[in-house]
Parts: sequence; C-alpha cells; structure tokens
Amino acid sequence: MSVLLVAVGAAVGAPLRYLVSRFVQARHDSAFPWGTHVVNVVGCLLIGMVGALTLPGWGMVLVVTGFLGAFTTYSTFAYETFQLAVGRRFLLAVINAAVTVAAGMGAFVLGEAIVRALTG
Amino acid sequence: MDGSGRRTENPGTGAVLVAVSLGGALGAVARCLAGAVPGVSETGLPWVTLLVNVSGSFLIGVLMVFAAALWPQRRLTQAFLGTGFLGGYTTFSTYAADAGMLLERGDAAAGLGYLALTLFAALAAVALGSAAASLIVRSRPVGGRR
Repeated sequence: MSVLLVAVGAAVGAPLRYLVSRFVQARHDSAFPWGTHVVNVVGCLLIGMVGALTLPGWGMVLVVTGFLGAFTTYSTFAYETFQLAVGRRFLLAVINAAVTVAAGMGAFVLGEAIVRALTG
Repeated sequence: MDGSGRRTENPGTGAVLVAVSLGGALGAVARCLAGAVPGVSETGLPWVTLLVNVSGSFLIGVLMVFAAALWPQRRLTQAFLGTGFLGGYTTFSTYAADAGMLLERGDAAAGLGYLALTLFAALAAVALGSAAASLIVRSRPVGGRR
C-alpha cells in the first residue's frame, strides 16, 4: 500500500521537478545550475511545512517520501557540482554546494516556522 | 514512428514527462524499499538515506558518460534513467529534513557531520562513477565512441 502511495507521489513529483527546473534554467545565461537549486530549496521549504503539520501516516508517505522525495534530487545536484569542477569553475562548484545545502536547511527551518506560526 | 526501431532524435515534452514520471516512480519505490524514509532514530545517522544518495550519485556519474559516449541520441532513455529514476531514487528534501531534526534536538555534530559526509561522499561518488565509466568507454573497440 505505501509502495503504491510512494509511486503515485513520485510520478507527479519527478515530472514537476523536470518542468520547474527547465523553466528556471531557461531564464538565465549563467553557468550556475539554478534549476536544480530552486527545486531542491523549494522542496526543503515544503518538507519543513509538511513535517510541522499533523498529517496521517499515509499522507506523509504520499507527500514526503513520494512527492517531495522525487521532486528534489541529490544525484543531479552532485552531478552538476561535479561538472562545474570539471569545467574548472571551482569557485562556482563550491558556491553551488555550500549555497544549496545552506539554503535548503534555511528553507526547511522557515517552512517549519511558518506552519507553527499559522497553527499556533 | 517509422517502425524501423530507430529512436526519434527529439521526443516531445509529453513523451519526456511520461518517461520522467515512470522513472521517478520506480526510483522512489526503490528508495522506499531500501528503507530510506524520513525520520532519525535516537542514536546514529540516517545511514540508509546517505547510502541511497551516494549510490545514486555514483550511478549518475556512470550514466552521463555512457549516455554521451554510447547513445547520445536516446533522449527518452536518458530522461527515464537520469532525470526520472535517479532523480526519484535520490532525495534532497529527506536529507535536509533529517539533518534539521538532528540539529533541532541539539545534536550539532551529528547534523553537520551528516550534511558534510553526504555531500563529500556524493561528490566523490560522481567522480568515481564518471572515471570508471570513462575507462570502460575508452577500452571499447573501434566504433564505440560518438
């Protein structure tokens, strides 16, 4: 049952990641991988918000493990950071790694804080 | 379309979305079956999520070299395996949430250590996967490249 919920959530989350990432990436000319950065940070904001809600178990599996798990990606983040380094853009590689992790953590805490403020 | 077995060079967005969706669902199920679900135990780090993210990073290093060298025209296969399966298999949100839980319960060493360990291991894994795949591609007989 939960495997099915994960599959359904991810079947929506993964193509949405592709669309959002492509939309963002098409709007700038820099070498910085903004598309992946944006989906990962937004996903962290949302997982912070959802975690602070009291969802039933199946809802957590569907949204957190399925949808948000597939909406965000570690492999593309790591690959793009590696590619920056391979292209000798070492500073951008370090900035991408550091800023994605820091912004992701900040977004997670912010998401939790927003929901806690709204739900008292 | 022409039935010759040759893939189209430029699949439409709809076809790519279906490939990414199917791959993402399979990847996420694989992650779930591996046991990488959010939540940290009383002791220790979320090792399973760490291993999933690091192994997925290794595999994307391998995939991108093979895709570029062996089947550059197979856009749908790349979308299915890379953006879909490996994107769905690995997760940044669970990584951040688990680290956040470790930090919020006052375990700064575990939280920061987990963030750094996953990051460095994943980057090393991409480099390793990419290097290994490059060796294999280069050792192929004539006609294998481009």
